[in-house]
Amino acid sequence: MAKKRHSPLPGFGLTLGFALFYLSVIVLIPLGALALRTSSLGWQEFWRLATTDRAIASYRLTFGASFIAAGINALFGTLLAWVLTRYEFPGRRLLDALVDFPFALPTAVAGLTLADLFEPNGWLGTWLVPLGIHGSYTRLGVILALTFTGLPFVVRTIQPVLENLERELEEAAATLGAGRARTFLTVVAPLMLPSLLTGFALSFGRAIGEYGSVVFISGNLPYKTEIAPYLIVMRLEEYNYGGAMVLAVVLLSISFVLLALINWLERWASRFQR
Amino acid sequence: MYAAWSIFDFPTLATWRELLRRVLCRSGAYREHGPAQVGLLLVLLGWLAGEPAGANEVRLLHVSFDPTRELFADINTAFSKEWFQKTGDTVTIDQSHAGSGKQARAVLDGLQADVVTLALGYDIDVIAAKSRLISKDWQRRLPNNSAPYTSTIVFLVRKGNPRAIRDWVDLIRSDVVVVTPNPRTSGGARWNYLAAWGYALKAYNGDQAKARDFVTSLFRNVPVLDTGARGASITFVLRGIGDVLITWESEAALALREQDSGEFEVVAPVMSILAEPPVSVVDRVTTRRGTREVATAYLDFMYSEAGQEIIVKHHFRPRSVSTIRLHADKFPVIQLFTLEELFGNWKRVQETHFVEDGEFDRLYARSRSD
Amino acid sequence: MAGAPTRKRMARAEKSQRGSEESPLIKWTLILLAVLFCGIFLLLPLVNVFAQAFSKGVEHYWSALKHPESLAAIRLTLLVAVISVPLNVIFGLAAAWAIAKFEFPGKPLLLTLIDLPFSVSPIVAGLIFILLFGMQGYFGEWLIDRNIFIVFALPGIVLATVFITFPFVARELIPLMQAQGSDQEQAALTLGASGWQTFWYVTLPSVKWGLLYGVILCNSRAMGEFGAVSVVSGHIAGKTDTMPLRIEKLYNEYQGAAAFAVASLLALLALLTLFLKAYLEWKQQRNEGS
Repeated sequence: MAKKRHSPLPGFGLTLGFALFYLSVIVLIPLGALALRTSSLGWQEFWRLATTDRAIASYRLTFGASFIAAGINALFGTLLAWVLTRYEFPGRRLLDALVDFPFALPTAVAGLTLADLFEPNGWLGTWLVPLGIHGSYTRLGVILALTFTGLPFVVRTIQPVLENLERELEEAAATLGAGRARTFLTVVAPLMLPSLLTGFALSFGRAIGEYGSVVFISGNLPYKTEIAPYLIVMRLEEYNYGGAMVLAVVLLSISFVLLALINWLERWASRFQR
Repeated sequence: MYAAWSIFDFPTLATWRELLRRVLCRSGAYREHGPAQVGLLLVLLGWLAGEPAGANEVRLLHVSFDPTRELFADINTAFSKEWFQKTGDTVTIDQSHAGSGKQARAVLDGLQADVVTLALGYDIDVIAAKSRLISKDWQRRLPNNSAPYTSTIVFLVRKGNPRAIRDWVDLIRSDVVVVTPNPRTSGGARWNYLAAWGYALKAYNGDQAKARDFVTSLFRNVPVLDTGARGASITFVLRGIGDVLITWESEAALALREQDSGEFEVVAPVMSILAEPPVSVVDRVTTRRGTREVATAYLDFMYSEAGQEIIVKHHFRPRSVSTIRLHADKFPVIQLFTLEELFGNWKRVQETHFVEDGEFDRLYARSRSD
Repeated sequence: MAGAPTRKRMARAEKSQRGSEESPLIKWTLILLAVLFCGIFLLLPLVNVFAQAFSKGVEHYWSALKHPESLAAIRLTLLVAVISVPLNVIFGLAAAWAIAKFEFPGKPLLLTLIDLPFSVSPIVAGLIFILLFGMQGYFGEWLIDRNIFIVFALPGIVLATVFITFPFVARELIPLMQAQGSDQEQAALTLGASGWQTFWYVTLPSVKWGLLYGVILCNSRAMGEFGAVSVVSGHIAGKTDTMPLRIEKLYNEYQGAAAFAVASLLALLALLTLFLKAYLEWKQQRNEGS
């Protein structure tokens, strides 16, 4: 209360009140209901439901695949951001626009078309399956779908940093005799790191909750390619509300922690940029 | 190109507001912005806001399981016609199809079904037990255990039957890949599972341990557990996974029909289970909506000669003796055993086999571990 | 797309090279890698949607779209977007005004909470509304006894969609309004404008591109949401099936080409979204430049 600045603008009470009301109705009360219903299970029951073998297998897949996908995205996202900001070449703007495509494409469509591409008689499957690379109905398929949906996050967080990077720094390094690779590693990379981490975390966070694109391509085999959100659906279909709620709470808590981490990273990154 | 730009320049926020005001006042918007844009907007909003339902129309919501989509599409048309001739009222039946367990759950959660037709009695039992939606004696209210049609479980194999699959015993061979959905979620898969279990019981003279080993070996050959019968068909038919699909007789026939290239063959095992998918009116919903009469008539229609004919057309087995006689050639002779004969009742089956850590969970885990 | 207007850029790029540029070999290898990656991973899935949609001919494509259930799905999808996007716009404007123009304790927490739906799994988003409004939930019995249907009906689908698209507009507006400060508004107020006038004639015009940008993203997500909607929909053909659910259903009915036909509409929406987004970015840059 001490910090409240006297702004001459009107409407603070109205807008904040409305925002809080809307936030409560849409987000907080429903999430609160979830927490309340789950808390009635008791701690022991919660722990038992949260750590069934099948649940643990699904966490392992969800987090493992999300981590790998975010890693691939960090790599190719950096490459894309670099190419898009540093070079001029025919089709650059098209490529730039295309990067947002996974973000704009509904996840169900993404899942449908990816599953179709990697099927044994799909466009990519005809080439890859004879080589022993099975994209559909495997863990690889899960990773592919998560990589697809997470790509824009990394590119779009790194791009502005690279655009704003002062070229003089690199020039200075070059003048001082550093090679291009060394300049990149010692000058550019450290400046890029905070936003790279943010992008990684965003992509990872998106991947953890992802559902639509994965269910089409993964085949949803328990213990093998069943992601945690899908297991929630399964629990519901078994009339096991408790199991579904517990998994939801686990996912939600992890999302919340990640979100806090991302916000912290963003603040850290913006401090770097100044 | 012109259109894209003009639409884009058009709704700056000021003009939007202006437009809205004018539309509300029914004044000059039409002249100012041209008939096309305003007209389009109004038509769009009108289309979105309009309700498609007519005036003197009864609507029923029929919640069903996966493999009956095509069947009930036909039944609904025929019933609507009959009902119109009889009463002069138009009845429209809205369909919802998904896995049987999922549908039962949705009805429990408040999906306003007037009629449910699910894959197995247990799913309706659950609705009756966990809520006051359906009377507990639902199964005795209609003939034949409330199941107007039956089916059985057969095998769908690839063209020429390359793995030479003839009967259940072939499914546990190590060179055979089997596709069947998850019995925990799919009603059809429970019938599959019980058919295999029942076959083994009969083959091993009721030895439960040997039957368990048999089913365990079978699931060792199952790489994919889809949630529903339809999903498993997709896995086998469209995705090309597996050598044999264990499925409803009707689903196998449908796969044959849809894939006109003759890529598949149906193999009828010597012995299988008599699957009885039951139907019921949802008492509480029909009472409140005042649809009980038409809902009951709808279920009765399934037992009528006309209904039974449609049932045959979609490869479900009819109940009416005359219809059976008429179409005897359509259904292969399979020695059918019932659930009651080998397993007692659904409640017992559910509690032994399909609860968490029940018989199925344990044998499935065992089939994965080695 | 990269024809004449890029020449000026090229000149600028060349001027700023001065020895901090990779060798052409590395440069073109990197470009090639990027193009290949995007081609295989982004362009191919897109092309595949249309190829599969038309794989059974144009006639089949149209008949798949003209099917009454497909039309109903398109209608429902548009209806849901028409309701949920304006709701989130109003929220976004209110939240951005409060957060950007005023200081108050708890602001970081509020910001985090606004972001929250962004990282909640769509399945969880659907589940929470079942727990609230389902018959086994807190308000279910009470509502159904009064003939109010939330889940498995339009309100539930709208609620789930609003939840999923909750942050889009607000996230776009808050940084924009923060960056612009409140000097202009204060000036307008000093000159005698009322609060609403200030908002309509000063604040809104200055953020309109950002707002539209948020609306476009929000709309694209609202129309394409699958997971959350599938939990609360009830899958009543022709009534509570949105386009993504219709796609799944067609796919499950062995009608791959028809599924892709409906999917192609959503892919077109995605392309339109990309186009508008690029256009808005260009417009915004031009505005900043002038």
